[in-house]
Amino acid sequence: MEESLTLRKLRERFPASIIDTHSFRGDDTAVVKRVDVVDICRFLKESTDLSYNFLMDLTAVDYLQMGNSPQADRFEVVYHLYSIKYNHRVRIKAPLTEADPTIDSLTPLWAVANWLERECWDMFGIRFNGHPDLKRILLYEQFEGHPLRKDYPLTGRQPLIGPKN
Amino acid sequence: MAIESALGESVVLTRTDKVLGWARKYSLFLYPFVTACCGMEYMATAASHYDIDRFGAGLPRFSPRQADVLFVVGTISHKQAPILKRVWEQMCEPKWVVAFGGCTCSGGPYDNYATVQGIDTIVPVDVYIPGCPPRPETVLDGIIKLQEKIQNQKQEL
Ligand code: SF4
Repeated sequence: MEESLTLRKLRERFPASIIDTHSFRGDDTAVVKRVDVVDICRFLKESTDLSYNFLMDLTAVDYLQMGNSPQADRFEVVYHLYSIKYNHRVRIKAPLTEADPTIDSLTPLWAVANWLERECWDMFGIRFNGHPDLKRILLYEQFEGHPLRKDYPLTGRQPLIGPKN
Repeated sequence: MAIESALGESVVLTRTDKVLGWARKYSLFLYPFVTACCGMEYMATAASHYDIDRFGAGLPRFSPRQADVLFVVGTISHKQAPILKRVWEQMCEPKWVVAFGGCTCSGGPYDNYATVQGIDTIVPVDVYIPGCPPRPETVLDGIIKLQEKIQNQKQEL
């Protein structure tokens, strides 16, 4: 199948930072190196023939371990971009290691990244470099740990009042 | 009975306890503490078709200081628990608490890090209404049970 315009352009422009790409039933995905994620998103947003001007979602996945080696990446930050002009979408994924779960913030590009990145920090403990105010958004400040990490206990309740049943 | 008939049935004798219970059970002012999906079912019960007003509970108060039944409707998270406790503390005596729906009775479907496993760990509960969400008939049944409880309890003046 022919590669879509978006993936082809990404490959041409960032040959060294694209780890993998695939398309499934018209949904394009690019797995990229985390250091280049802001540049890639800026390119996708500002190229006139791509014009991905809307950050629809920003989230993360905890795989505990991708692959079998101890150095394997653990997290993947996932971005969903949409172009209102062309009505097309692309998914960008950036793997992170357990030892250093940090990635650059997208707040300079999209204001909405502010709250989405705070949620990601809250739930997965992923730090976003350059975020103006990286603090919990859903849970309370006293909460310890990040509940959507796979090694967080399912019923690890931390009540503010009342028993810990 | 003798005195009543001697006075030509123009007076009714009763006990203060009974008359206070009768008045209180038919003038319930609910405080709907609505946090989740059960709220839709509360609204269905309160609207004209099921008409909660038949039970004297038709006027929700949105200040805990004016309410006497705390209706906890929906999932209570651990972040919300101190707020629920505070609302309950602000209500004047006599006051009652109804746990509306599975979430408030036991945590319902959510046995996870975020959800309080039953609001009775935080505030005392008088009536539990099970269901996810409970049907309006179940809610009305719960209100009738609460009325029986109010009628039969010792009335504090
Ligand atoms: S008991 Fe069911 S319907 Fe009611 S708040 Fe919980 S999940 Fe929603």
